[in-house]
Amino acid sequence: MFEILTRRQALGAFAVAACVLTPVAVRAEDVVKIGVIVPMTGPSASTGREIEAAIKLFQAQKGDKAGGKKVEVIFKDDTGVADITKRLAQELVVNDHVAAIAGFGLTPLALAAAPIATQAKIPEIVMAAGTSIITEASPFIVRTSFTLAQDTVPLADWALNNGIKKVVTLVADYGPGIDAEKAFVEKIKAGGGQVLDSLRAPLKNPEFAPFLQKAKDLKPDALFLFVPSGQGAQLMKQVAEREFAKDNIKVIATGDVTDDEQLNGMGDSVLGMITSMMYSTAHNSPENKAFVAAFEKANPTMRPNFMALGGYDGMALFYAALEKTKGDTDGAKLVDAMKGMAWMSPRGPISIDPQTRDIVQNVYIRKVERRDGQLYNIEFETVPAVKDPVKAAKAGK
Amino acid sequence: MLTILFDGLAYGMLLFVLAVGLSVTLGLMNFINLAHGAFAMAGGYVAVVMMQRYGLSLFWSLPAAFVLTAAVGALLERTLYVRLYDKTHLEQVLFTIGLTFMAMATVDYFMGASPQIVDVPKALEGNFELGIVSLNKYRIFVIAVCALLTIALQLGLSKTRFGSRLRAAVDDSRVARGLGIDVTAIFALTFAFGSGLAGFGGALGSAIFSIDPQFPLKFMIYFLIVIAVGGTSTITGPFLASILLGVADVAGKYYTPEIGGHRIEIGGFVIYTIMVLVLIFRPQGLFGRAVGK
Repeated sequence: MFEILTRRQALGAFAVAACVLTPVAVRAEDVVKIGVIVPMTGPSASTGREIEAAIKLFQAQKGDKAGGKKVEVIFKDDTGVADITKRLAQELVVNDHVAAIAGFGLTPLALAAAPIATQAKIPEIVMAAGTSIITEASPFIVRTSFTLAQDTVPLADWALNNGIKKVVTLVADYGPGIDAEKAFVEKIKAGGGQVLDSLRAPLKNPEFAPFLQKAKDLKPDALFLFVPSGQGAQLMKQVAEREFAKDNIKVIATGDVTDDEQLNGMGDSVLGMITSMMYSTAHNSPENKAFVAAFEKANPTMRPNFMALGGYDGMALFYAALEKTKGDTDGAKLVDAMKGMAWMSPRGPISIDPQTRDIVQNVYIRKVERRDGQLYNIEFETVPAVKDPVKAAKAGK
Repeated sequence: MLTILFDGLAYGMLLFVLAVGLSVTLGLMNFINLAHGAFAMAGGYVAVVMMQRYGLSLFWSLPAAFVLTAAVGALLERTLYVRLYDKTHLEQVLFTIGLTFMAMATVDYFMGASPQIVDVPKALEGNFELGIVSLNKYRIFVIAVCALLTIALQLGLSKTRFGSRLRAAVDDSRVARGLGIDVTAIFALTFAFGSGLAGFGGALGSAIFSIDPQFPLKFMIYFLIVIAVGGTSTITGPFLASILLGVADVAGKYYTPEIGGHRIEIGGFVIYTIMVLVLIFRPQGLFGRAVGK
């Protein structure tokens, strides 16, 4: 009996000593949590998987320390439904005390979380969604993906410079599609071109045939396409069916349509197709080669696409901001630190516009080619440092 | 114009093959099977797996999709559906919609959520030039196959012994039983056949529109419209309704009238308008017989 007691006491004393003397590995205030809300199931699941893989790769490469703090990432799956996004954002703020929320696979999801970011005064890093207005929904929103107008305007310029006078546009009928249509139409008209018709297909539409047939019957020089990544394969299949090349109609699109992740499955019918986007897996730079090699090594069945880049650079931005504030997690200070931040990404030089908190980056004009037996978007023209044209136009007024 | 008619025809034919099984269970067996789309999805995924994973041709995948979904249909009919034949319609709806959600989750788990698409066989690629219109070969194939199916169905139901037994079993199952007709077996076979047709349609359609776990819900509305407009008492009713809807849907998206400078996107609701009008003036369906049961 006596012996047992002493043993207990000894153990107790040891435990107390251990607590006092040895520093606990991580104290609560030394951990900075960032909540990443992305669709990992449902129709937009590939967006979430790419972002998740890129963030994990980033942490594996750069470690989990930034500004003297340990960065912990919490992944949440919103299945692509806006009210779930909002609820998850709320839970992350209230229960997990995250220092920032990030991710957001689609425009409505990013907008749903905006009021939470504003109220909680924490940064919302948009890694995928591409409608221009998103960054205006809260002063705490910073974007590392792209805007549709940003990708589209350089393509319209390219079209005008390459003898395309008459165009028809066909976009998915929702925020980013309408942004893309507006940007393209305005640029073509300003450049003296003619827009024969602007067609909008419902977002959830399995049958593009009537729209494509109408575009074909109008006999334009080029047909401009935008659908969110994921629908690209289906659209291109039906485009191939209509044989636009026979009528000398060029088919051009934003890079979403020839999404790197799905491109290989589209077959030879997309060969030679011209698209514009801020990232291609085939981007020729040492940074990108290292990134792609590491990404494909960690995820042998995946190919990094523009969504992965949004996630990778979003994490880079968060780390850099934490370094700059020396680990201070005050939301306003973090957002201030992010403004004007410029660095070299695998996609090329990028920066955060201090006025709009939106990304400024190169946009590339690319052509689908077969390299080493695989299909890639090969870049052949670079438009440097493109700002979001929609907000640039507003600022100019 | 002709091309639009042709595209609409192909779309409508496909819709018919997808929906005809439902018209059989609903009209002939008086059972509301909202899980019908799940069978179509299953057929589509059979085609996807066979063609993408094992590199088989679509010509093999189509009959396989029919046989496999019919087998699944028969299994479910024997184990689950048979218990619900004499239950109320509400219970049938609740049961089958639950089954649909389970099927969607299962497919999502095993096949992933991203849309799958299959390649058209080489022989059916490209277009067939006919004067000024160019017709897609695969769509011609779809129309031909569906037309043959329709004729076979119509003949099978009206001319064969099985057809007359089925009609007898539906009209008065008690008397039919009394005459020595094995009603249970006939219902099971019919159900399996309807499911198999849905699977066949799903496989046929997977080369035109992509197939994903949301498929049963996306197409459930179309199925129900076909049945509502066409009526359930004949094969020709849903057939003509499918063609009408297919052509109206495609044409509605092609012709977008402008009124006062504003484009009116009628595409989306043309088919709903037709359905509403039909239901107002002919509640028993456009081609249904006005008989009270």
